[in-house]
Amino acid sequence: MAAYLFGFLALAAIVVSLLGISRARRVRTSQAEKVHSRPIYHGLNAAIWTGVPAFVFLILWLTGQNAIVDMIVMGSYPGADALSGAQRSLVLSEIRQVANGNNFREPSPQILAAVAHLQSLEMLARWAMVALVAALVTVGAFFGLKVIESRYRARHSVERSITIFMLFSSLVAILTTLGIVGSLVYEAAQFFARVPLTEFLFGLRWEPQIALRADQVAGQGAFGAIPVFFGTFVISALAMLVAVPTGILSAIYLTEYSGARFRAVVKPLLEILAGIPTVVYGFFAVLTVAPAVRSLGLTIGVEAAPNSALAAGAVMGVMLIPFISSLSDDAFAAVPRAMRDGSYALGSTKGETIRKVLLPAALPGIVGGVLLALSRAIGETMIVVMAAGLIAKMTLNPFDAVTTVTVQIVTLLIGDSEFDNPKTLAAFALGLMLFIITLGLNLIALRTVRKYREKY
Amino acid sequence: MTAVTFPAVVINWGSDEMAARRKRRYAADRRLQIYGMIAIAFALGFLAILIGTLTFTGYRAFTQSVVTFELDLSKAEIDRSDVMGADWRGIVRGALREKVPELPRSSERAYFAMFTSSAQFLVRDQVIRNPALLDGVARFSVPLSDPLDQLAKGQVDRDTPESQRRVTDRQIEFYEQLSAAGAISKPFNWGLFFNSDSRFPELAGLAGAISGSFWALLVCFLISFPIGIAAAIYLEEFAPKNRFTDLIEININNLAAVPSVVFGLLGLAVFLGWFGLPRSVPLVGGMVLALMTLPTIIIVTRASLTSVPSSIREAALGIGASKTEAIFHHILPLSMPTIMTGTIIGLAQALGETAPLLLIGMNAFITSPPAGVLEASTALPTQIYIWADSPERGFVARTSAAILVLLGFLILMNAIAIFLRQRFERRW
Repeated sequence: MAAYLFGFLALAAIVVSLLGISRARRVRTSQAEKVHSRPIYHGLNAAIWTGVPAFVFLILWLTGQNAIVDMIVMGSYPGADALSGAQRSLVLSEIRQVANGNNFREPSPQILAAVAHLQSLEMLARWAMVALVAALVTVGAFFGLKVIESRYRARHSVERSITIFMLFSSLVAILTTLGIVGSLVYEAAQFFARVPLTEFLFGLRWEPQIALRADQVAGQGAFGAIPVFFGTFVISALAMLVAVPTGILSAIYLTEYSGARFRAVVKPLLEILAGIPTVVYGFFAVLTVAPAVRSLGLTIGVEAAPNSALAAGAVMGVMLIPFISSLSDDAFAAVPRAMRDGSYALGSTKGETIRKVLLPAALPGIVGGVLLALSRAIGETMIVVMAAGLIAKMTLNPFDAVTTVTVQIVTLLIGDSEFDNPKTLAAFALGLMLFIITLGLNLIALRTVRKYREKY
Repeated sequence: MTAVTFPAVVINWGSDEMAARRKRRYAADRRLQIYGMIAIAFALGFLAILIGTLTFTGYRAFTQSVVTFELDLSKAEIDRSDVMGADWRGIVRGALREKVPELPRSSERAYFAMFTSSAQFLVRDQVIRNPALLDGVARFSVPLSDPLDQLAKGQVDRDTPESQRRVTDRQIEFYEQLSAAGAISKPFNWGLFFNSDSRFPELAGLAGAISGSFWALLVCFLISFPIGIAAAIYLEEFAPKNRFTDLIEININNLAAVPSVVFGLLGLAVFLGWFGLPRSVPLVGGMVLALMTLPTIIIVTRASLTSVPSSIREAALGIGASKTEAIFHHILPLSMPTIMTGTIIGLAQALGETAPLLLIGMNAFITSPPAGVLEASTALPTQIYIWADSPERGFVARTSAAILVLLGFLILMNAIAIFLRQRFERRW
């Protein structure tokens, strides 16, 4: 239904713009005086009047309709006031299910009455939507066509509309950030209303199972996030252990030692590593790297878990190599030529120049790059979801399985969409922490890089 | 001017001691070079192993072993008005039974387990599509079940004890008989592209995932492309330089670095929770991906707008164009190739994104491709995730094959981007 309406809007806008153009042409030929705007602007102006208000209205209607219909249905549902939030949503979903024709059991008469109410409301809403959109289109088209006359400044009007659209577009970035912060803070606040903040920040046990019955042994579960962050730290550290030396050394080789042709071939090949989707890395970690780590563990006499931290960390490290490599590359390139030449003039070898002159000079830039890579490692999801463990353990043994923040967010939320238990809300609390940490790391990294750039 | 006197230190550069020192220094230089080579070799070797392993495990899924049998449907008593309701199970089993003369009753179960359990539906659907088949002898092909497919592809070691493999000795015997009779073949696996997901590896395909990804990317493009360009033009050309626009800029740069899973949380809480949009649909997936692609497009567009020489703008303004006209008639068309290149690369990134799609439920088990943006579906990367989690052997090869398909799409998109860049991009 909505799709047809959008199609109708587009069609109406095109038709009205054509009408507007021809009308503007007629206005011009019938009068000798100069016309302010070219016909196309009159057409566009009429099309904007026709389409945009109806489009905005339609979007608002579609986002609001369900909530309002639900509210009215529940308002007339007998005994709705006595229900808790969870029961309310349960009843609502049953009504919706029955209305869609999938009833798993015989619905009660109240439900049937509510379904009838719902269906009549939805029918009403649908026709109201069509009628209002049609009315808006008609009024808009009428007005848009009526204003056409030789002295009407259609171009100014169109340009103003475009500017407003551009302004709103640039606000989308802000709205996204506000949406992220708002939703994370809102849901996390609900979580902290159930689980004290101190337990979350300083607790040493993470067992987010929720008891199905009130008297179950597992009880409410434990939400101490320290082990989760510890696991994130272990895996990220392993990743950085792989990525930092490899990335910096390959950047050194590519900028200082290799020929131009070798560089032209190898650099894009390295960049491929950054373009491979992380789910592919995750599958590769499970398929190849984890068994390899296991046999490595056996040869040195360590029992390796099938989802060892080492496998996930190493693969993540490889993913980050091109990232660190290209950022170090930039840092080396920013070191002034004179410093390098001075070092050579004193008789030092290439290696000595790199180690004693280039590296110290480029260090802030490299550190910035490493911090950015670290923030990526902490936020990386698919590799760890597939290759790391689920149980939160505090261990430094890389052959053991640990879990990470992102793994917990995904496992807590897959297949579960009710926002009323601590288990799902915990994911938002973890997400908030993740957002704060990565944001902090990024800001520090950018500041480091910028500070260093100003030096030369 | 005072004379500076240096202490007379005489170094005999030719001495053995100095020669040894020189040697050490050169050795250190060479060591650093070798470390660099090792680092590059490690990274490229990893890439080679990654691609190699995936190709090696994945290429098998591009063929599918099938058994071909003849079926005389004119003899089978099928009510023409109710083709759907005929005893297809009996008909297909009868035809398959003929392949092995004197099939003992006791091994019937093992024998029929060799073929996909949906064999009768495949034959039925083929007949319904082409009713002419009812009039005579026709040849039908149905896939072998997963364990036998593995056997046919040489993935089952016949020396392992019977209890430890999923194919019994009896089934191997039957397989040899069918194979000797020429009934088994391994054609190209079109089902991988035209079937939707299934619990049975031999029937599972990517049609649903590919169309889900297509719809999601379409939504992502329709939202992020116009909004991204409009935002970039505003920030670059119209925005006053004040704290508010600075804030917008900082925001865009930070959004580019927010972990993808956080965008998934946003989609879950805002689009599903507050707006009440349905779960698992490409519309929501595309909206989340659009928010992630937006910073990329804005950054690319701004860079390409600034690279257009100001003489073009001044010429346009000089002959009386308004600012908007100068931008939309001259500057934007000239920077379009770069913007398109950046957009395609951004979309390629979006195609590979998995975590946000998992959180909004695009990892459901759905057996038909979505017909629009409001039907539940999976996407290519989430399908890979689902298959990677499935225990059947056949899904290992399918997962690798799906990855190869995904990488194929990524290579295609990047190739288009590179082509556009080289063909149309102007260097000023």
